[in-house]
Amino acid sequence: MTGHDGLASEAGIDAADDPVAEVKDLFVTFRTVAAVRGVSFTVRRGECVAIVGESGSGKSVTARTLFGLTGDGARVDTTVLRICGQDARTFGERQWRAVRARLGYVLQDALVSLDPLRPVGKEIAEPLRLHGMVPRAQVAARTVELLREVGVPEPDARAAQYPHQLSGGLRQRALIASAIACDPELLVADEPTTALDVSVQAQILRLLDERRRARTAMLLICHDLAVVARIADRLLVMKDGRFVEEGPTERVLGAPSHPYTQALLTAIPGRRTRGVWLSVPPPSAGPPAARREGKVVLEARGLVKRFGARLAVDGVSFHLREGQTLGLVGESGSGKTTIARLVLGLVAPDRGAALIDGTSWTELRGRRRRDVRRHIQLVPQDPLSSFDPRSDVRRILYEALLVGGVPRARRRDRALELLEQVGLDTAVLNRHPARLSGGQRQRVAIARALAPGPRVLVCDEPVSALDVSVQAQVLDLLVRLQAENGLAYLFISHHLGVIHHMSDHVMVLKDGRVVESGEVGRIFTAPRADHTRELLAAIPTTHVAADAHVLGHDPSFTKEATS
Amino acid sequence: MTHAIDTPRRRIAGAALSRPRLGRWCAALVLALIVLTAIAPGLFTSGVPHEADPLAALRAPSGAHPFGTDAIGRDVFTRVVYGARHSLVAAVGATVLAVTAGTLLGLVAGLAGRIADEIIMRLADITLSLPTLLLALLVLTITGPGTLNSIYAIALYTAPGYARLVRVQSMVIRRSGYVEAATALGLTRARIVVRHIVPNAFIPLLVLATIEVGTALVASSSLSFLGLGARPPAPEWGAMLAGGRDYFSVAWWIAVFPGAAITLTVLSITVVGGALQRRLEGLDPSGGGRNR
Repeated sequence: MTGHDGLASEAGIDAADDPVAEVKDLFVTFRTVAAVRGVSFTVRRGECVAIVGESGSGKSVTARTLFGLTGDGARVDTTVLRICGQDARTFGERQWRAVRARLGYVLQDALVSLDPLRPVGKEIAEPLRLHGMVPRAQVAARTVELLREVGVPEPDARAAQYPHQLSGGLRQRALIASAIACDPELLVADEPTTALDVSVQAQILRLLDERRRARTAMLLICHDLAVVARIADRLLVMKDGRFVEEGPTERVLGAPSHPYTQALLTAIPGRRTRGVWLSVPPPSAGPPAARREGKVVLEARGLVKRFGARLAVDGVSFHLREGQTLGLVGESGSGKTTIARLVLGLVAPDRGAALIDGTSWTELRGRRRRDVRRHIQLVPQDPLSSFDPRSDVRRILYEALLVGGVPRARRRDRALELLEQVGLDTAVLNRHPARLSGGQRQRVAIARALAPGPRVLVCDEPVSALDVSVQAQVLDLLVRLQAENGLAYLFISHHLGVIHHMSDHVMVLKDGRVVESGEVGRIFTAPRADHTRELLAAIPTTHVAADAHVLGHDPSFTKEATS
Repeated sequence: MTHAIDTPRRRIAGAALSRPRLGRWCAALVLALIVLTAIAPGLFTSGVPHEADPLAALRAPSGAHPFGTDAIGRDVFTRVVYGARHSLVAAVGATVLAVTAGTLLGLVAGLAGRIADEIIMRLADITLSLPTLLLALLVLTITGPGTLNSIYAIALYTAPGYARLVRVQSMVIRRSGYVEAATALGLTRARIVVRHIVPNAFIPLLVLATIEVGTALVASSSLSFLGLGARPPAPEWGAMLAGGRDYFSVAWWIAVFPGAAITLTVLSITVVGGALQRRLEGLDPSGGGRNR
């Protein structure tokens, strides 16, 4: 695949180099919970090692161990812990501080990792000053130079700005600049691109790769195999505190030997996964049932919405049929969520109309407006914040059934049916959403959306907060529900793979305007608009990963491998 | 593999956790007793609070008079017991009045538009910028002293705080994900307000009000101490404290026991309020750090 830069394979690794970090038989225990259970790895100069795993696998804890930052409640046991050539097992706080000066740490969320009350320039200057890296008089100049190095435009002006004044991508770069300020021997990046748009993600990965080429040792922590495949030389696949598979990137992605790695690869949605199940084991033996397209249930006619001086949505039209999925893709701020709110009748358009079953929201008032709401329901990005914090699952579902006109006496039965339909245990009925996992919460949100008996579901980034394997299960669930109920989906995502997997038609948005729309295959194989081409070029995949897909996706292959 | 973890695990859970919980239960028990005293003082003493016995004046605590007697021979214990009603009525009354007024003002400020919001909030700013006791003194100088008037005075300067809280709560909740989700679901506006907005706005308010009863108690006792709240014959703790001041060098018990009653009540209210806060906010996932 041409999208692959071949970054990983070019830089040669000098095997004679001493490892910058060496860990052997590492155990980390919190009270009674063993977070890390015997892992060993080394990171050498100029090498990028990636730990891949899902939430709770212990990957971040492993990274923090290298900084002596596991916290008071943790018990660390290891036979070898060498950092920058020193035995760190008996380090006190003073020694840790000395060694941290030689390391760099990039965290996922740059907004919380940067001090909100300090300009980013000051943040970057601090380690320079603290560790006496450059003469005092040159600190300011070096700060600007660092910002330039990480590709921040107008670094002089940016250095004086506060974190909240910068975009997500710029913040992440500023954080990387502060991490590399002291020219660290080892750079650890924990989910450095997870919250970012694809094109920004590609830029950050390129930036990290440049550091690696400059002979910095790098440890990358990530849940997304496709992202790490771009720059990692070696992969460590982590599950339940152990490495279930490790080896060179090409080998692990091309010929995964462990069923878990295979499942992770299978779960990556994209072109090759259309019309097949993502999760392992698949929810049913055969492929997903075929869908029948019906009449038009949702239509947008020249929607325009302005927020102050900003045009959030500018002349968007489309129509959606029963049993069909329309994918809405675009970077953050492109107007996707505003379109969702317009068609849900939560905000009124300045011009144009959103029509449900041929009736425009603007014509509807009071009772009739509420009656129409039954037909179009929302599956939100963050289900937890969409639930009243005082409600348990029972109350959430009963209220939705009330809207659907289900009599009180039948609500319990219907609620249990709904839970079953979305693959949840009926015991969940008495639980509070805060006590459920991310995937379970999203299933509850889907059950609630189904309760009034809708014909259209607006799915606003429904899986972007989920791990790959949970994402696979939720996407499979949505595919199944669509086939069973003939639902129409307006599917919003910034993740092109997810859009490719789910959609029949795709609309590409930029600055509130539709830059391109059409049948999914055409958009992804023969994009016409420049912006679409840019987005597609930025998708992190590798030819190896793609090959793995062919194998991983034949159900018979997967089954044999699993058993 | 030669590695093993076989160090004894420290037991942290059991003993350490039960101590604060014990304290909370003690505070709840004390508070329940005080409330019961206020409702039925006759259960705790057979004496009459105004009954004076000049022959038995300034007696030190003994079997017959566990808290001693005051300058005209009234039993301090009986007066402290009967004082609970006076003190709690003033404190709870002031708080209820302040919460009611504050809620109404806060809802109007938060939901009714810019102009109402500006007027109410600027008035609140003015009220809150005056020293609290000075404002109360001013009010009581105009209205004249008395329990009821001191309730008004305290409510006047505590209501703006509740108004601010309710205003912010109603604005935040109105824009919250769950109110939008409830709207998208197709619930009626009335149901959304009654079932979702009001209960969520009131939980933090109730927690604050519980703790503030203690503050109001101190305020009303201070006013009585200054002779502006409940008048002297009434067995109010602040007034008793004032009455005992002159005799403090010869009969410490006249002032100390009502003072201790105030302290104990405020302390137990604060502890119970704090426990309530933790309990109710434990339900609130946004307080629990759900990313961890």
